[in-house]
Amino acid sequence: MTGHLLDARLAVERGDFRLDVPLRVAAGEVVALLGPNGAGKTTALRALAGLQPLTAGHLTVAGSDLDRPDRHTFVPAERRSVGVVFQDYLLFPHLNALDNVAFGPRRHGATRRTARRSAGDWLARVGLVEHARRRPGQLSGGQAQRVALARALAVRPAVLLLDEPLAALDARTRLDTRAELHRHLVAHPGATVLVTHDPLDALVLADRLVIVEEGRVVQEGDAAAVTARPRTDYVAQLVGLNLHRGQAENNHIRVADDLLLTVPERLDGDAFVAFRPSAVALHDDQPAGSPPNTWPATVAGVQRHGDNLRVQLDGPVRVAADVTPASAATLRLVPGQRVWAAVGVTETHAYPAG
Amino acid sequence: MTLTEHPVRRPTGFRRLRGARRRGGGVPVALLLPALLGLAFLTLPLIGLLARTPWSTLPQRLAEPGVLAALRLSLLTATLATLLCLLLGVPLAWLLARVEFPGRRLVRALVTVPLVLPPVVGGVALLLVFGRRGLIGGWLDQTFGFTLPFTTTGVVFAEAFVAMPFLVLAVEGALRGADRRYEEAAATLGAGRWVTFTHVTVPLVGPGLAAGAVLCWARALGEFGATITFAGNYPGRTQTMPLAVYLALETDVEAAIVLSLILLVVSVVILAGLRDRWISTP
Repeated sequence: MTGHLLDARLAVERGDFRLDVPLRVAAGEVVALLGPNGAGKTTALRALAGLQPLTAGHLTVAGSDLDRPDRHTFVPAERRSVGVVFQDYLLFPHLNALDNVAFGPRRHGATRRTARRSAGDWLARVGLVEHARRRPGQLSGGQAQRVALARALAVRPAVLLLDEPLAALDARTRLDTRAELHRHLVAHPGATVLVTHDPLDALVLADRLVIVEEGRVVQEGDAAAVTARPRTDYVAQLVGLNLHRGQAENNHIRVADDLLLTVPERLDGDAFVAFRPSAVALHDDQPAGSPPNTWPATVAGVQRHGDNLRVQLDGPVRVAADVTPASAATLRLVPGQRVWAAVGVTETHAYPAG
Repeated sequence: MTLTEHPVRRPTGFRRLRGARRRGGGVPVALLLPALLGLAFLTLPLIGLLARTPWSTLPQRLAEPGVLAALRLSLLTATLATLLCLLLGVPLAWLLARVEFPGRRLVRALVTVPLVLPPVVGGVALLLVFGRRGLIGGWLDQTFGFTLPFTTTGVVFAEAFVAMPFLVLAVEGALRGADRRYEEAAATLGAGRWVTFTHVTVPLVGPGLAAGAVLCWARALGEFGATITFAGNYPGRTQTMPLAVYLALETDVEAAIVLSLILLVVSVVILAGLRDRWISTP
């Protein structure tokens, strides 16, 4: 608990679904729960907010238990010091922007006048003073998002929770709003937990990533650590890497029965090897001299990927390769075609899986 | 996903119908004929009422003290009954819509009983419970000297008994249709259940609540069977408009027509007020 404003093991069992996520967040820290849809991120957030009771584990904020099934402690949502920005904001449609923001302070004992003044300050901070009298229906998506943020921050919560805060916005608005949201999250003195399935949101907004898959934490760390050493296919795909797991012996990792990859690192036992799709070269025939890390593969599909083409390969391992349109034309790549794949030894990166 | 889609929308049923007709082409006679007959069946009696109205003596008849007393009593009791229904019915609707408890289906079935029960039976049942020798009525009478049957309060009780299911069902439907996540949002902002109910839930279901209240009021205004059974037919005290109409029909047909016309006008005014909110809802 030392140094952590929020300390939790969020365990929720509901039918077939099981969530078990340990989570510690320091004051001023922004942690992103990143994972595919259905991973349990939103359930974790609801448990933090008090909208979903834990079935096991604990939730402690600033040293006091908010939810502890084994001690029959449960503090309901309205008595927790949390602020939530919901995915579709849930601004009260019958109140204007100012009264939406004033709702929290008012419930926390402020007089109507004080609550409104404080709400006005928060609207000013998110740059929406001139929209104070508008109803949510008259606000754009980006404005509604900012009002929702102001409403959540106006209660000065110890823990700020954001559920897919940018998912409902179009691409252009998202860019501006993301930058502004980052500014506010940095300024927030409490703990912040952000749930997202968008790696870019997570990388830009969070100090630390917690990757959740099927209710469990599969990887945790700052952006650099996670992107350099992905530990699941999901993370590898997020950061755009090919990832394979196998048995390592010295400089070799057996990733399939008939494929032994040579890597720069010396390792033993269970290990990952990762390489970028652009590091995979394709050839018509077997490269002369049988260099290491070459194998026969079949083209499974070809898609545009930025300026290049991304080729999905079947074979001893499934791999993505990026090739230039020029070389794709030379190779005349079509699905079902047999090619040779090659990866330079220095282009690979191996690390223990244990 | 946008917020503008969240507030309760008013489906424009009439407009949809017009569009359907444009696409539909010819209407089969086998459907058109009974449809027109049905329309005539519903509207002809009203036209007949207008045709027989003694327009020349209407002002004098409206000014008759008996008419005004019945109208005043009707409006008063229907309004009081609606308030009573709101006071008891909205929490009941909330309970049915929001709280899981054993026997909830049974409770909902019980609430709807007055809806299908002949009002006269309702009046008899009320007498058995609130009558001077009834289960509760006897106690009320002995302890407080408070009598319900054959009083104006009795009229309010009878009307509320018959009309409350309309309100409960309308409000429960509105509550079920409302997005509960707004209530969760209110909770995260520090609002307890009561404040959430008054500050978030009620405004959200406002249109449904208003529609239910007007419906309830209209039903109370037209109440006859339970009222005459439980409260009797005392002019100025328990004789509401429908009772006055029925009584006048035996002595003075023109008076009955005038009273009916007043009730018709009141109904049409309500209908016009509700059209957008309730009638066009599928």
